[in-house]
Amino acid sequence: MVQELGYLKETASQTAGPYVHIGLTPNFCGIPGIYKSDLGASMVNDKTLGQRIAVKGRVIDGAGMPLKDALVEIWQADAGGLYNSPAEMRGTADPNFPGWGRCPTSAEDGVFSFETVKPGRVPFNDGRLMAPHITFWIVARGINIGLHTRMYFPDEASANAEDPLLARIEHRHRAETLVAAGTAPSYTFDIHLQGEKETVFLDI
Amino acid sequence: MTVSDRQDHKPETGAFFQRDRDWHAPAFTPGYKTSVLRSPQKALLSLDNTISEITGPVFGHSMLGELDNDLIHNFAKPGESAIGERIIVHGRVLDERGRPVRSALLEFWQANAGGRYRHKKETYLAAIDPNFGGCGRTITDDEGYYFFRTIKPGAYPWPNGVNDWRPAHIHFSIFGHGFAQRLITQMYFEGDPMIWKCPIVATIPDRRAIEQLIAPLDWANTIPMDARAYKFDIVLRGRRSTFFENRPEGN
Repeated sequence: MVQELGYLKETASQTAGPYVHIGLTPNFCGIPGIYKSDLGASMVNDKTLGQRIAVKGRVIDGAGMPLKDALVEIWQADAGGLYNSPAEMRGTADPNFPGWGRCPTSAEDGVFSFETVKPGRVPFNDGRLMAPHITFWIVARGINIGLHTRMYFPDEASANAEDPLLARIEHRHRAETLVAAGTAPSYTFDIHLQGEKETVFLDI
Repeated sequence: MTVSDRQDHKPETGAFFQRDRDWHAPAFTPGYKTSVLRSPQKALLSLDNTISEITGPVFGHSMLGELDNDLIHNFAKPGESAIGERIIVHGRVLDERGRPVRSALLEFWQANAGGRYRHKKETYLAAIDPNFGGCGRTITDDEGYYFFRTIKPGAYPWPNGVNDWRPAHIHFSIFGHGFAQRLITQMYFEGDPMIWKCPIVATIPDRRAIEQLIAPLDWANTIPMDARAYKFDIVLRGRRSTFFENRPEGN
């Protein structure tokens, strides 16, 4: 009899459902007065360092229709390439930038939008620099487990060309699904859940 | 969003254990109809964690309001309270190694006692409770413990099959220490016969994984003449020890 490893199993994911806003953005869905403001609604203030950018987009289903009940969270490094996290060992991130934001897609047109700063580059596990990127996490009715992906910048062609994650995508045309459209300071990142233009999602 | 209340703890920086995707629901689960057009058809791109996933936001206890973990009162008019079965839900957030996850932010939301959500898109004919909002949040302590007070939610019907009803459930959203641990799930109640009829529950292929979502009645912690208690422990991904990973070029 070998020893037992004794690990627990991760709690299984379940869909966030159509009413995810009640819990995560109650003010957005008309439940005022419990929290002063919705968590993650604002990422920058007057003292935040770096270039201000706007990122908007939609989450589109297999029939080409934008989801009007999705919730999108982003996580990114600050302008200097440091994460505002206790696990960040390389230095202290900009205290005026949380690095995290949350936005529901609009009930009218399905658009999400973030006001943030352009992230600096951070190292891959072997020390090579990754291209500037923003991590996305998408939940909604019909999505059983949150989808991870990344947004890269269209005006960072040379950094993107040497990015280790983008290089792992075997079908080269699919790497383009991770590159936003637009020009600084306004970018559009549409996420396709399914079909021909399907975004590359990550198991990470 | 501050690290100040965690500075006495040495942060861990190892990558997280890979997710067991056979334990979780697959994306495409046709019995749950909405998943059909909202599930990727191509394989996920698998990659060991980078610093972008090992790190994550951590929230300070100072952000919490006094009633944030009291759904019986946080939307009620002064002197009033929500209608329904008074319960306490408590438990621990652990990682796969059994270690407590401290400073984890938990957010929860639910229907009222009649199964009615306070949401514009919700049209179920059960009544809204004017004293019940349906959301709350809390942050785990150093041992990974959390608790909140609420009303036991009712079952509710939904348009999937002709006559599908959700079991009573509370939605949970959890932040651990790394963005790779980000999780949303649902808690069910011990003994509810609806659990085994539900197409959303049935998306999970392994019965043991479903049982892990069912909170037992915790008689010991039930408060006489006040509220029953349910215990719900949550397990987030564990993280590897950093045996040989402190390469000078890495971090």
